[in-house]
Amino acid sequence: MTFGPFLLLALMEGLVTAAVLALAASGLSLVFGVMRVVNVAHGAFYMLGAVLAWAVAQHVPGPAAIAFAAAIIVAPLVVGALAAATDGLILKRLNYDPEATIVATIGLLYMIEQATLSLYGPNANPVQAPFEWRIQLPWFGYSGYKLFVVLAACVVLLTLWAFITRTKAGLIMRATQVDRTTARSFGINVDRVYMGTFALGAGLAALAGVLIVPIQQAHYLMGGDTLLLSFIVVIIGGLGSLRGTLIAAIVIGLCDGVISMFFAPTLAKILATLLVAMVLVFRPQGLFGARS
Amino acid sequence: MALDVQGIIAGYGPVTVLRGVDFRAEPGQVTCLMGRNGVGKSTLLKCLMGLVPAASGTIHLNGMALESLPAHEVPKRGLAYVPQGRRLFGPLTVAENLAIGGLVQGNDEASLHRVLTLFPRLRERLTQTAQTLSGGEQQMLAIARALCLAPKVLLLDEPTEGLQPSMITLIQEAVLTLKAQGVAVVLVEQRVDAVLKLADSVAFMTGGRIEKTVPAMELQPGAEVFRTYVGV
Repeated sequence: MTFGPFLLLALMEGLVTAAVLALAASGLSLVFGVMRVVNVAHGAFYMLGAVLAWAVAQHVPGPAAIAFAAAIIVAPLVVGALAAATDGLILKRLNYDPEATIVATIGLLYMIEQATLSLYGPNANPVQAPFEWRIQLPWFGYSGYKLFVVLAACVVLLTLWAFITRTKAGLIMRATQVDRTTARSFGINVDRVYMGTFALGAGLAALAGVLIVPIQQAHYLMGGDTLLLSFIVVIIGGLGSLRGTLIAAIVIGLCDGVISMFFAPTLAKILATLLVAMVLVFRPQGLFGARS
Repeated sequence: MALDVQGIIAGYGPVTVLRGVDFRAEPGQVTCLMGRNGVGKSTLLKCLMGLVPAASGTIHLNGMALESLPAHEVPKRGLAYVPQGRRLFGPLTVAENLAIGGLVQGNDEASLHRVLTLFPRLRERLTQTAQTLSGGEQQMLAIARALCLAPKVLLLDEPTEGLQPSMITLIQEAVLTLKAQGVAVVLVEQRVDAVLKLADSVAFMTGGRIEKTVPAMELQPGAEVFRTYVGV
């Protein structure tokens, strides 16, 4: 293959990474934006989504598409419910103190990982893709499922955007994000908003985990890389800015695809971390974040 | 509906600010709270809204106890609050700010029509974000947002602070309209002329207590009581 098709392949791979990253990072950004909580356990929620997809696939008989459809519904709901319980049992009791919640979510990360290791085991397990369709381009064939991941992420993110900007619940979330004390004095139950936001953020991470698991096997430590990349994306995009998160996810995802293809995946991570350092030095609020 | 406050003690952590406040706000009347900085006027309003918890004492609205309710339940009982500095939802549009005000009532269109009749200038600004409004328009929006709750009691914390005279007149006219509609208005105000124009009674605070309540008609500009409790 010549350079052109190689670049096209790298960009397509990068687009898949960007799509999954955008889903996971938008959850992290939403939680920080509304609750001011830095959720270190976000990668664990992503991993749980993937592991639950594997578990559902083991228990649902019939075609792989049915098991996958069940996993896409069940995993985000279960992880969202776990996150809601975590909010009520831990974060609320810490009064959402920024430092205390970081420590608490680090603890939660280890608890979820170790519980998964005990129940699921140390092996990486594959989940069959819901369909085996391939697109044949003149230079190479490409997985139709990977394009489905990009499409699914676009649909979910558009739905999330419409939810936040067009619905009453979204308006309540945005008002709470701006000023939770004033929101309370207008009848908004801030505790309930926080619980819903934390569940939604975790559910998005789990959905990203379900979508990635037919491409990348489910493993109890798989959340680490995603957590790091999600933080990179959220910091570059601007903490709490959904638009910035999406744009940063596309930039980081495409760079990751191209650099991994032509050089090495490790170099892609090094450059992304360097980019974060530069953003923190020259524009600490991120590309689209508001200056505090 | 009368607001009846008895023996309220409240503060922030170990610091007690309110040391046994008793007062009453009647429907269709404006009760002004006056006092020097730090005597607890704003804390009293926050306490009435449940934003600062009362350590002891009672708050009743027409016999209904409010002091133990969570803050988000208080506006549902008929209290609305316009905080000092307005505290608008800045990145949200005027229409969205008003929609937040209308959440409790659920009657969005009717409450919107009512407040836009009172503040017609906001009608032209509905799609503009709140942070881009002028100071006077922001204050109108802050009051309009509170009025979307259709309150029985309206708590206003220095609503004319930092506004130009034409805006002050507009805000004062709105307060008088609300009074005529039977709303009980509790107003924290430092300007003697505004107090004398709007108030039915004036409660003077010092040391976290209401020391003296005087009918406004008995007060004159430059009265001794203003010098004693407000320093003007």
